[in-house]
Amino acid sequence: MKILVAVKRVVDYNVKVRAKADGTGVETANVKMSMNPFDEIAVEEAVRMQEAGKAQEIVAISLGVAACQDTIRTALAMGADRGILVETDAELQPLAVAKLLKAVVEKENPDLVILGKQAIDDDANQTGQMLAALLGWPQGTFASKVELGDGTVNVTREIDGGLETVALKLPALVTTDLRLNEPRFVKLPNIMKAKKKPLEVLKPADLGVDVAPRLVTLKVQEPPKRQAGIKVGSVAELVDKLRNEAHVI
Amino acid sequence: MTAYFAPIRDMQFVINELADLSEVAALPAFAEQEVGPELVEAVLEEAAKLATEVLAPLNKPGDVQGARIGPDGVVPAAGFGEAYRSFIDGGWNGIGSPVEHGGQGLPELFNTATQEMWNSANMSFALCPMLNAGAIEAISRAGSAEQRALYLPNMVSGEWTGTMNLTEPQAGSDLSAVRTRAVPHGDHYRIFGQKIFITWGEHDMTGNTIHLVLARTPDAPEGVKGISLFLVPKFLVNPDGSLGVRNDVHAVSIEHKLGIHASPTCVMAFGDKDGAVGYLVGEENKGLAYMFIMMNEARFKVGLQGLAIAERAYQAAREYAKDRVQGRPTGAKSGDRVAIIHHPDVRRMLMTMKAQNEAMRALAYVVAMHMDLARHHPDPAIRQTHQARVDLLIPVVKGWCTETGIEIASLGLQVHGGMGYVEESGACQHLRDARITTIYEGTTGIQAADLAGRKLNMDQGAAMRALIAEIEATAETLDPIPGDDMAVIRDGLRDGVRALSKATEWMLAGGDPGEAMAVSVDYLMLTGTVCGGWQMARAARAAQNKLMTGEDSVFHEAKLVTTRFYVEHLLPKADALLRSIRNGGISIMALTEEQF
Repeated sequence: MKILVAVKRVVDYNVKVRAKADGTGVETANVKMSMNPFDEIAVEEAVRMQEAGKAQEIVAISLGVAACQDTIRTALAMGADRGILVETDAELQPLAVAKLLKAVVEKENPDLVILGKQAIDDDANQTGQMLAALLGWPQGTFASKVELGDGTVNVTREIDGGLETVALKLPALVTTDLRLNEPRFVKLPNIMKAKKKPLEVLKPADLGVDVAPRLVTLKVQEPPKRQAGIKVGSVAELVDKLRNEAHVI
Repeated sequence: MTAYFAPIRDMQFVINELADLSEVAALPAFAEQEVGPELVEAVLEEAAKLATEVLAPLNKPGDVQGARIGPDGVVPAAGFGEAYRSFIDGGWNGIGSPVEHGGQGLPELFNTATQEMWNSANMSFALCPMLNAGAIEAISRAGSAEQRALYLPNMVSGEWTGTMNLTEPQAGSDLSAVRTRAVPHGDHYRIFGQKIFITWGEHDMTGNTIHLVLARTPDAPEGVKGISLFLVPKFLVNPDGSLGVRNDVHAVSIEHKLGIHASPTCVMAFGDKDGAVGYLVGEENKGLAYMFIMMNEARFKVGLQGLAIAERAYQAAREYAKDRVQGRPTGAKSGDRVAIIHHPDVRRMLMTMKAQNEAMRALAYVVAMHMDLARHHPDPAIRQTHQARVDLLIPVVKGWCTETGIEIASLGLQVHGGMGYVEESGACQHLRDARITTIYEGTTGIQAADLAGRKLNMDQGAAMRALIAEIEATAETLDPIPGDDMAVIRDGLRDGVRALSKATEWMLAGGDPGEAMAVSVDYLMLTGTVCGGWQMARAARAAQNKLMTGEDSVFHEAKLVTTRFYVEHLLPKADALLRSIRNGGISIMALTEEQF
């Protein structure tokens, strides 16, 4: 069994994100970048499957600028066997990513594709679903538990009303939620070993995919600063303000 | 208590721009490791995760609970055993050890950066692997092939830890007074005696502990020439590597200390029954020389502890200063109250902390680079040049970084105001923990005596004069464009190095040696202050080059301004220290004992 895991290079979760002064996007110059935390969970899940003897090969894939190689190396240090970078400086929107991933899936023929449910930069929560639709594969999104069976996978999903378990036929696609697992600390010897693992670099054109954006970003701005609160003198005043100023009652 | 975040950006800057990673990377010894900026980043980031998420959260609980001693030995503070397991499972213990013993064989430069992180996160914890590293070094250099094969793999992996047993009640800084006895007994020795101040001398985090012990054989000459080094395992190790019987060595008590509460400081009893089984390491009567191998490294690492605690104290003070709202901006009579970081005196403290930390980091990492070149350069003459620089600067890194570390931990408390004096803020712990660093592995006085007595006179000042010439040359490369920052930095560095040069000539002039000793700490601090200014000037030059290409202007502008602050507010201390040195030791030594 072969698993493909998609990993995205995003602004590190510890960084306070700022909008660019000209409003064209988020400031990423000289900002610490890391692997999307949900994707770390995806890699961890794949590595656990391999450690349990249920998977033979893990391929980590990232799409974007050359520096995404660092993110792939992190996945390799966690336990993935080889990496693929689809390198482009172009802006990649979820549909383009899904199309590129589809092309790679058709090349690699994995039995299972695992992705983070969303990336913490744009929080689109679309790529996994789009990819499953393009491939015509069953999907188990927002997974908090994944159990491989014989040619099947049971995915427990975190949904609004509680938990839902779906049984999918392989090949299938899973997107990870926060509680699926706790990613491991990377070991130093594995960082050294990761440097020797193969990493293939492709271009979108090699895959015959048009990555032109379908959406136009008009403006990116920071949310307005929260105003200081006020103290009210009495319950009557509070009710009055809620009714006549806040218009909530 | 605030979280710890490894200052990876500054670490990378220092490693890549000041400590000349490329030169270290070019050494044949590291060809296999492909040492480059990407590896630096990957290693630092993963180490930082362990430091931030595993070690740092245990710092305060460890301080509050401390290590305890029970009937079965020392019990570390809660969580330390699990944290140690994560640490060695991650392979971090062997980062700098040779690949043949199971280590990663990475440069000292990498080891140094991770050491800083472990110590910032949790100095009590970091002491355990630190002492182990010293023991590994001594066995590597002085142990027999059999001893290396039997003990090193488990010590390098961290499955076993090592300790250094030097001090006895009557033998502290003066080790010639060691009395512990080693009696020949077949193919080994029986050790009898008591050792004190043994860091992590006993614990249950690992299956075995390997003690390195200074002792005297029956016919040994008096004084330092009669001390031998012995390897005393807690559990005897069978030839196949399995553990045998419990040896006759026990922790009988642990000290109640000002700081590093989670690091058990043990009184060790050897030979309460039949004598502890010990094996001679290297040749008889050469123990002190072997100990000095590891002591030099340990001194460097204690210097790093000074930096590490200072960094943690700075981070805590910075966060508090940004958060604590108190008073209005200077001159404002009305309007919103502001965070105290807006107040000039708080700024002075934060800038002092930031500038000193960056200077200490730069100097320490540059010394680590010299260690790599001294160990691994193919040309013996070049190795020797780098070793001379290492030997000269180790007492400076140890003395200056730890004295400064305490000063910064104290400033960190000051920034917190009254809350700083309350344990809850965490600022107290940094000051309490830092306080040991100027004492153990040789007090500041011992470091100063080493610098001003031994190191300076060993080559009649040649290594120091070479250093001074290099600092002078750096000053002349500082082009004053754009703005006047570089001109100010250049002039300040010229003044600083002139003071160092004059002080050096005074120290070498061959007056009364007692007088030179009386001002030796001033001389050490002067050397540290000027070397710090030198490294900051190099940093400013690198930052200026980066700014011209527009790279990371936020970081590099700050570096330039921080250097200017160092030159304007810290480097001038060099002149005051020079005056003190030139005044000599007369008034220091003039009073009779009764007049005190």
